[in-house]
Amino acid sequence: MSGLAVADLTVRFGRMTALDDVRVTVPAGQTVGLVGESGSGKSTLAKAILGIVPVAAGRVLLDGAEVPVRELTRRVRMVPQDPYSSLNPRRTIGQTLAEAVDPARARVGRHRDRIEAALAEVALPADAADRYPHEFSGGQRQRVAIARALICEPEVVIADEITSALDVSVQAEVLRLLDRLRHERSLTMLFISHNLAVVEQVSDEVVVLHHGQVVEAGPVDDVFAAPQADHTRALLAAVPGGGRSPEGTIVE
Amino acid sequence: MSDRATVPEVRSASSAAVPDAGSAKARRLRWNPALIAGVVLLGGTGLTVLIASLVIGDGAARLSADIAQPASGEHWLGTDYFGRDQLARALVGAEASLIMALAATVISMSIGVLAGAAVWTAPRRVRELALRFVEITVSYPELLVAVVLAAILGAGRWQLVVAVAVANIPATARLTANLSGALYQRDFVTTARLSGVPRRAVIGRHLLPNMAEPLLIQVAAAFSTGLVAMSALSFVGLGVQTPDFDLGRLLADALPSIYSRPLEVVGPTLLILLLSVGAMLIGDGLAAAVDPRVRRRTTARAETPAGSAPGASTAPVVVRDLAVARADGTPLVRGVSFEIGRGEIVGLVGESGSGKSLTALSLARLLPEGLTATASELRAGGIDLLGRPTRRELADTVAMVYQDPGTTFNPALRMGTQLTEVLRVHRGLSKSAARSVITDLLAKVHITDPERVLRAHPYELSGGMRQRAMIAAALAAEPALLVADEPTTALDTTVAAGILRELGRIRDETGTSILFISHDLGVVEELCDRVLVMKDGEIVEELTCEALRAGAVTAPYTRMLLDSVPRLAVRS
Repeated sequence: MSGLAVADLTVRFGRMTALDDVRVTVPAGQTVGLVGESGSGKSTLAKAILGIVPVAAGRVLLDGAEVPVRELTRRVRMVPQDPYSSLNPRRTIGQTLAEAVDPARARVGRHRDRIEAALAEVALPADAADRYPHEFSGGQRQRVAIARALICEPEVVIADEITSALDVSVQAEVLRLLDRLRHERSLTMLFISHNLAVVEQVSDEVVVLHHGQVVEAGPVDDVFAAPQADHTRALLAAVPGGGRSPEGTIVE
Repeated sequence: MSDRATVPEVRSASSAAVPDAGSAKARRLRWNPALIAGVVLLGGTGLTVLIASLVIGDGAARLSADIAQPASGEHWLGTDYFGRDQLARALVGAEASLIMALAATVISMSIGVLAGAAVWTAPRRVRELALRFVEITVSYPELLVAVVLAAILGAGRWQLVVAVAVANIPATARLTANLSGALYQRDFVTTARLSGVPRRAVIGRHLLPNMAEPLLIQVAAAFSTGLVAMSALSFVGLGVQTPDFDLGRLLADALPSIYSRPLEVVGPTLLILLLSVGAMLIGDGLAAAVDPRVRRRTTARAETPAGSAPGASTAPVVVRDLAVARADGTPLVRGVSFEIGRGEIVGLVGESGSGKSLTALSLARLLPEGLTATASELRAGGIDLLGRPTRRELADTVAMVYQDPGTTFNPALRMGTQLTEVLRVHRGLSKSAARSVITDLLAKVHITDPERVLRAHPYELSGGMRQRAMIAAALAAEPALLVADEPTTALDTTVAAGILRELGRIRDETGTSILFISHDLGVVEELCDRVLVMKDGEIVEELTCEALRAGAVTAPYTRMLLDSVPRLAVRS
């Protein structure tokens, strides 16, 4: 099958088992939300997929086949969490994007059209290419990080807590952008977040991780409406400001 | 420090160290006295030396009949026993020293920087081994290494350059390795590596440009110590040999007759001093110029505008016309007024930069340096915060709970010591009495085994436990006002829900007024009685919690905030 699949993945740090026999499937064109609390192994899973942490057992499959790490990192791109740490302060946005297109030479001039198209896609002006990260707000930087991940048209995008460092209004703006992109470009995305409401907004399916194990997985609507696992229920109950539907009426 | 608009950008002085820092964001070099003095001293002396030796050339070696003359109009520093002009010799010798020091600096910086940065791109095993090796080499004193190397390589100016350069490599390599290590953890380097950027490009594009400033300082230090080390080696006869001469050689030549003709040491000594001190000052000046903390030097204090009349309000916490401004007058908070009743929880909501934390810090008189708060009334629990409350009064009246329970405790001390501090220091309670009070309080915030918590170090507790312990400690002084600055932001939602319940219970049981700061409207509407919405330093709307829950807001900004909060559409 096409898309990204993680089969029976186990990751150990010393004696601690960070991921235990984890199975996650991200079908092509779908977004799978990965939720869990800190320490549940969400980010470790992203790192294991990209080969940043060593895998004790299990496989990462792309379109049903195992691929070497070099090829995998070309076909799977990650958007990191902190937009203040993910852009080199000494390089222009154009240079940063050029590096994603052409890692060895990173020439801006040769890829100008592609860079401007990528910026336009995340609703940034073309002249942003010549400016430095400090001239942009957190939300704009995160757009640049998204553009960097998408510019080389990867098959899978991994978004690791990409809105948790942002203000709520900026978060909403980034989520809207992501939602538009995933429909327009039919992205295949693994969306990692501790915020269930955010996951609900952008995902087709959801996987709940707890202490390195998948406790529940399924379509978002089903899981959130009728959670089967106790941990999922606990997570849902703890969401603050509940009891109100988006329309503003109180639901008791 | 107002003259920073007129100077050029920090540009890479050493091409080996910093490939393209100059094209980086347009940061201006902040001139300071040390930097100016250093540039004048080193630049002036260096230029004089270079021009003089061009003019004099071989003249410094010319013998004349004027043997051992004292200082005169013709020979400012006199002549030696061969009738050679002392000043000319000192200047030409200084040129040799200068060039040798520069060469040694270039060699040691290039090799040290490349080695230090390459270490981090190497596989893990190689990296660990290389880092240990660098650490071992750093532990040998530079001068000692230079002496040994000079002895092995033999005398001569280029041997000396190599000896001093090699001796200086470990320090540079370690500095670069440490800086690279910190940068290597940054997301932009990880992303570059993942997208297949070649190793040398990672070093050239991502590592080196971001450590330009510390390396520039290291260049200045390497030059200065190199110059002195070479002079010392030449002085003891390990370096430059006659008929060649540098400053150290000249000093050695002058030594035998130092009592009869002290004038001979003046020239070389003065030049060594001027050149090395000049370079040191440039290093210090650069360090100060890149340190943003040196920029501001202002005081933080609450000022009472004339005629601050005591307010009529009887609320335990009163804030009237609070304004916070930067030292240059930029307002950060303007005209903020509110009251908090007894047993009331007031939420202060806004996004980053809205001034909500500054408002809270003004109440605790904890504004960061460089900010000034003014108000017509600022009162909590009967204490006038505009006056000069003692630290003890302040500690008894206002308590704070911070965002990150991971960093508020000292990791080296046990929780018991830290939690009982306020009681022991401000209340004068004995150790055991303070301990029993805290034990009760910990039990009150639902910590099941208070004794174990008191014995534990902070890292042994979970984030939620630490936050509960912090709330318990805050309550120890029975404060009139509890300021909670994003107390649940760093916690998992299930843990955060527990902390919120705790705060609500405390309000019900003790009647403490609580100022609850958050960017999360969902959290605020769950807990607070009243909500103040801040934007750009001003309160744009005040709402009851019911109004907020019902979505009955008027200010467009609040509306936007409310719409931005992601909410679960499907709930069990």
